[in-house]
Amino acid sequence: MTSVSLHKQAATALDVDKVRADFPILMRRVHDLPLVYLDNAASSQMPQPVIERWVRYQQSEHANVHRAVHALSEIATREYEGARDKVARFINAHESREVIFTRGTTEGINLVMHGFGRAFIKQGDEIILSALEHHSNIVPWQMLCEEKGARLRIIPMNDAGELLLDEYEKLFNAHTRFVTLAHVSNALGTVNPVRGMIHTAHQHGVPVLLDGAQAAPHMAVDVQELDCDFYTFSGHKMCGPTGIGVLYGKAQWLEKMQPYQGGGDMILNVTFEKTTYNAIPYKFEAGTPPIAAAIALGVAIDYLNGIGMGAIAQHEQALLSYATTQLRQVKGVRIIGTAQEKAAVLSFTLEGIHPHDAGTLLDMEGIAIRAGHHCAQPVMQRFGVPATARASFAFYNTFAEVDALIAGIHKVQKVFA
Amino acid sequence: MSDGRQLYQEVIMDHNKKPRNYGVLADANRRAEGHNPLCGDHISLALRLDDDLIREIAFQGETCAICKASASMMTTNVKGKSVADAETLIQEFRDMATGKLDTATQAHHLGRLNVFAGVRELPTRVKCAVLPWHTLHAAFHEESSATTESGEF
Repeated sequence: MTSVSLHKQAATALDVDKVRADFPILMRRVHDLPLVYLDNAASSQMPQPVIERWVRYQQSEHANVHRAVHALSEIATREYEGARDKVARFINAHESREVIFTRGTTEGINLVMHGFGRAFIKQGDEIILSALEHHSNIVPWQMLCEEKGARLRIIPMNDAGELLLDEYEKLFNAHTRFVTLAHVSNALGTVNPVRGMIHTAHQHGVPVLLDGAQAAPHMAVDVQELDCDFYTFSGHKMCGPTGIGVLYGKAQWLEKMQPYQGGGDMILNVTFEKTTYNAIPYKFEAGTPPIAAAIALGVAIDYLNGIGMGAIAQHEQALLSYATTQLRQVKGVRIIGTAQEKAAVLSFTLEGIHPHDAGTLLDMEGIAIRAGHHCAQPVMQRFGVPATARASFAFYNTFAEVDALIAGIHKVQKVFA
Repeated sequence: MSDGRQLYQEVIMDHNKKPRNYGVLADANRRAEGHNPLCGDHISLALRLDDDLIREIAFQGETCAICKASASMMTTNVKGKSVADAETLIQEFRDMATGKLDTATQAHHLGRLNVFAGVRELPTRVKCAVLPWHTLHAAFHEESSATTESGEF
């Protein structure tokens, strides 16, 4: 069988069984069946070293950061800043001070909307974003446009879910102030050709934010090579905890931007007459940060690096290719998102079956997928569907789990036959 | 077999394939649209009330199987009934779906609709089952639309 040979191929790069043993949750059963977790684009699972680090921090290292002179505060500060250094190396930022900890990708985007957009975007200005954005990269910019009298310009896509680059270039004019773009589409899996798109924007003197929520967990990201001005992603989609994310920004921009929230830690000096803001990144980290979550994210990065982003990408691509081939053979399946360059996201519809019914019936088989609009309603409208079913893979998924998904889909179709 | 799977296999499939009272109603004097923004379900409900009696009722829409079956069975159950009796069913159906009414031990008027008690096993799908009933309630009260996200559940 193809699956066996493919499985052997992949095993040379990544020992999936060994990796799976690190994830306690993958051993559990759901509805008395083995869990098949294929909702990684929504949130990934946490390996034991990350869980243990979190516990160890709370058991023996916790205090507030950047404040007291006592031993615990020094340890917590060192570990928290150590996590920042790990993030900086992970995305190859020029300096650690270009890394801001946020609650997640959504907050990263909102921070840029506020810090950059509210400061520099004015009436009549234009912001370019794409037809495949997640709501979190649409709504903040709509709010800004409403407030400022600016407007959004949308990069269209083709039927495969690939952005039309000719149309993109035509959108630039004297009013263009900002470009914000998904690195990888959460609903379609499309990997956008961001390097060239950033180059185009820079030729017009326009800075670019990349929403890397679906990219950072699945491929090596080098912000200097991409030359993006901002890059943001979430910890919980890359084996870390919820409540922590990252915004990278070029120091030259971050220094010019206004703070996002006011409070402690983001100031140097406060009087009732005037406050002097702290240096970056602290200017953007008001209040006590999610210390344990940041440290755990650092360990998640160590864990991913231990496996290797190259090996991760290779295994996930093999899973995607196998799953796509198998799914195409199922009658009545329409795959939504067929770009040449894709991450391991498989959105599909089944003829005559609503994705929510498919999701519920697959869940009864222990298979977790996402059904819905994936917070990307404009994408659903573009493809003329109310919703899709979406299987999204991580490096700990197996070819046998793809087989389970396909068998599950056949069962769903039997119920509806 | 779990109640959830039974719900699918017995009732839903029948009404999903052959929904009753599906279509348009030319002489309707009450209409309402129902939306579930979370999953994109949408139904249009039309009825003809004569005084206080539901003379005719029809629905159309793009929905999941649970919603369509619920709408189909709702129409067959309320047709010919008074608005007051239908309101009783609306309340009891909502209570059953959300677990407030235990149809096994408490008195009710739901009859065959009792099969939707199984939806309690599928908490993420309760809204799908309740949407048609919510829409019917809106039609009685001459509200043009209903949503599952109004916080009334």
